[in-house]
Amino acid sequence: MNKEINLAKDFLLDQVLRDYSNNSKDNEILEKIATLKHEKIQKPLVFVGCGTCGLGAGAGTTLEMVKKYFAEKQIDADIIETGCIGLCAVEPIMDVCLPGYNRMSFCNVMGDNVYDVLDKAFQLELPDSKMILGQLEIPGAKPWNGVNLLGEHPFFKTQKRIVLKNCGIIDPTDIREYIARGGYKSYIKAISVHTPIEICDIVEKSGLRGRGGGGFPTGRKWRFANSEKSDQKYLICNADEGDPGAFMDRAVIEGDPHKLIEGMAIGAYAIGATFAYIYIRAEYPLAIKRLQIAMKQAEDYGIIGKDIFGTGVDFHIKIKKGAGAFVCGEETALMNSVEGKRGTPRPRPPFPTTSGLFKKPTIINNVETFGNISTIIENGAEWFASTGTADSKGTKVFALSGKIALTGLVEIPMGTTIRQILFNMAGGIRNNKKFKAVQIGGPSGGCITEANLDIEIDYASLLSVGAMMGSGGLVVMDEDNCMVDVAKFFMGFIQRESCGKCIPCREGTRRLLEILESITSKPSSSDTEALDRFKGVMQIESLCKVIKDTSLCGLGQTAPNPVLSTLRWFRDEYEAHVFDRKCPAGVCKNLRVYRIDVDKCTGCTVCSRKCPVNAIVGSKKAPHFIVEDKCIGCGVCYDVCKFDAIRVV
Amino acid sequence: MESNIQKLLKNYPEGHPENLIPILQDIQDSEGFLSEPSVIQVGQYLDMPVSKIFGVATFYNQFRFKPLGKYNIQVCRGTACHVLGSSTVLEEVEKFVGVTAGNTSRDGMFSIEVVACIGACGLAPVVSINGDFYAKLTAESIKEILQNYRNKEQS
Repeated sequence: MNKEINLAKDFLLDQVLRDYSNNSKDNEILEKIATLKHEKIQKPLVFVGCGTCGLGAGAGTTLEMVKKYFAEKQIDADIIETGCIGLCAVEPIMDVCLPGYNRMSFCNVMGDNVYDVLDKAFQLELPDSKMILGQLEIPGAKPWNGVNLLGEHPFFKTQKRIVLKNCGIIDPTDIREYIARGGYKSYIKAISVHTPIEICDIVEKSGLRGRGGGGFPTGRKWRFANSEKSDQKYLICNADEGDPGAFMDRAVIEGDPHKLIEGMAIGAYAIGATFAYIYIRAEYPLAIKRLQIAMKQAEDYGIIGKDIFGTGVDFHIKIKKGAGAFVCGEETALMNSVEGKRGTPRPRPPFPTTSGLFKKPTIINNVETFGNISTIIENGAEWFASTGTADSKGTKVFALSGKIALTGLVEIPMGTTIRQILFNMAGGIRNNKKFKAVQIGGPSGGCITEANLDIEIDYASLLSVGAMMGSGGLVVMDEDNCMVDVAKFFMGFIQRESCGKCIPCREGTRRLLEILESITSKPSSSDTEALDRFKGVMQIESLCKVIKDTSLCGLGQTAPNPVLSTLRWFRDEYEAHVFDRKCPAGVCKNLRVYRIDVDKCTGCTVCSRKCPVNAIVGSKKAPHFIVEDKCIGCGVCYDVCKFDAIRVV
Repeated sequence: MESNIQKLLKNYPEGHPENLIPILQDIQDSEGFLSEPSVIQVGQYLDMPVSKIFGVATFYNQFRFKPLGKYNIQVCRGTACHVLGSSTVLEEVEKFVGVTAGNTSRDGMFSIEVVACIGACGLAPVVSINGDFYAKLTAESIKEILQNYRNKEQS
């Protein structure tokens, strides 16, 4: 076995990587590459999607059952654990590849379905239609009858996958497959043909902008760092995906870690850095593990290390595990954290490209940004710039979650409308409910309502409606969600995560949260209650403005966005909370008023026994009543009543 | 005899303050939490005031100064989970365990931790118990899952 691996290694290094510009027509070489890409197989091959989301849905059991199946039936077959293809809603996903046939993708394959699906697949029969996802074309292989191509699935049809291209398809723990699919060619080409400044030029011309939230032109940032003179420069990859609702970075690292390493290696060469850090969340243990394996392999192949491919270029990577602070997504705070300090932002200037990590020139880009680099070098700046809108080029990965039918990751060309993503690709709102809003850009972003669903996604258009690209989380909300509650949720998050360095953010977000809490708290009969409530509400907009104008870092400056955005589009909901003391969606518990329907109540006393505050009175076998002043709106009585006698009014 | 902490410190021979966070992470991984004596040892090793180390450690959500329960329940409170009702799930967990988030039950069996986002938003609401994920939860299903853990312990 080891000999085989060494042969593959020599072949890949000599024939594929050193010959990066030559797309070989040699049949023998093509054959070898096809084998490494799992396109030419001698025995059955099963892929199980084992990203964090797949495992959460039960892929671990699926995988065990597949192993058991082959052991029991004594079938000689290979099993590969892939990353996530992006369709989280129908996980666990299992692909079956039989020699000579297309790769067939099955979904919703829970452990107990495995035997059935595999039994049928080996007879070239299909299971229940809800477990069929589609087939992936393999050159020269026979198709499965009556199964659509995976690329024709509405979820995938309008995607343009650059960053996610390999995710869920390849074995993330095997560098050979990555190289066979054209990986690391761009890096070898970059360091042997181009000068560093040429790389900066190509990236700048491509129009790639930072995908982490800021949207700063990547090539320009690299050029600044390139022009600095220093004995040591650093490159940092920000994989501290702190935005709740975004998980594309995790998916890329779990599904295609070499793509990140290649992008970073090219970036390091472009600015003259020999040392790089990957700052990754400790909450992503699987991603860290896959990254470590990938780094080890890259070292083994001489792609990380000293004097890479005899070009004299050095490149080293070190993983730094984040310790759970949202503010560390801000680049200067992240650098403090890497240095082992509290993760608080630094004032700028000096900018990190001049004086960053350990006071040396440093660039920070996020995972998705680096994920684009190798393809840009391979196909050229013009190719990349041909996709997208005037000021936003290329594609963007969005993470779909919330009340949407198909949750998961989509990579779409800039300029696609949000309506297309939500309703054409992701199947619309769950359970036929009515769409209310989609929250984009995490805690710093804003809401997009029905009226704005047709704007074409780019950095500028999103800003014009009070939202922002952010890292690309799309959390969909339906009529059952209360927007004041959502704003309160975000303020709670930001207030907890505020680093405390500057006063506007530390104190301001706390006050904002207090105001939101007071308008969602239980109406009291005290004389000053109304006064307190209105005093806060009147200040809410000016407070937001002060926080925006006077905070030190980007997170502080965008901290009031959830409130401003919901206030702009859902003022009526705020007014219902403030004036009518009602929550139209029925989410804010303290504003719910419960009544007992005397006609339906049988006096079974269950509710009065379960009520935690003894707010329900009444004698046995006679209708009960709720004492409103005592009621805390917990809803226990509503849940336990067997006679449907309790209503929310 | 060499203590566990000293062994861990040996992995960082250069003793540079840059390694403070990784050292604390290693200690927490092996001991379960950061005790005062262990922090003092780190201070001596890195030649840093203990107050500074506590300053760093308390800044980050990851570090704990109390031991965890046998089963650590991480309840995700990300946006997607919130929108799909993670607050009810959290309430249910708190009710079941009998302590509020951030605490450990008296018998040392369960501890509850609220995390910002586990990154499995497509399967919201999510809870992770000692690293095992439970997805698409409801108030009922989480109760059942926790009961299973309790039954397993009692039998």
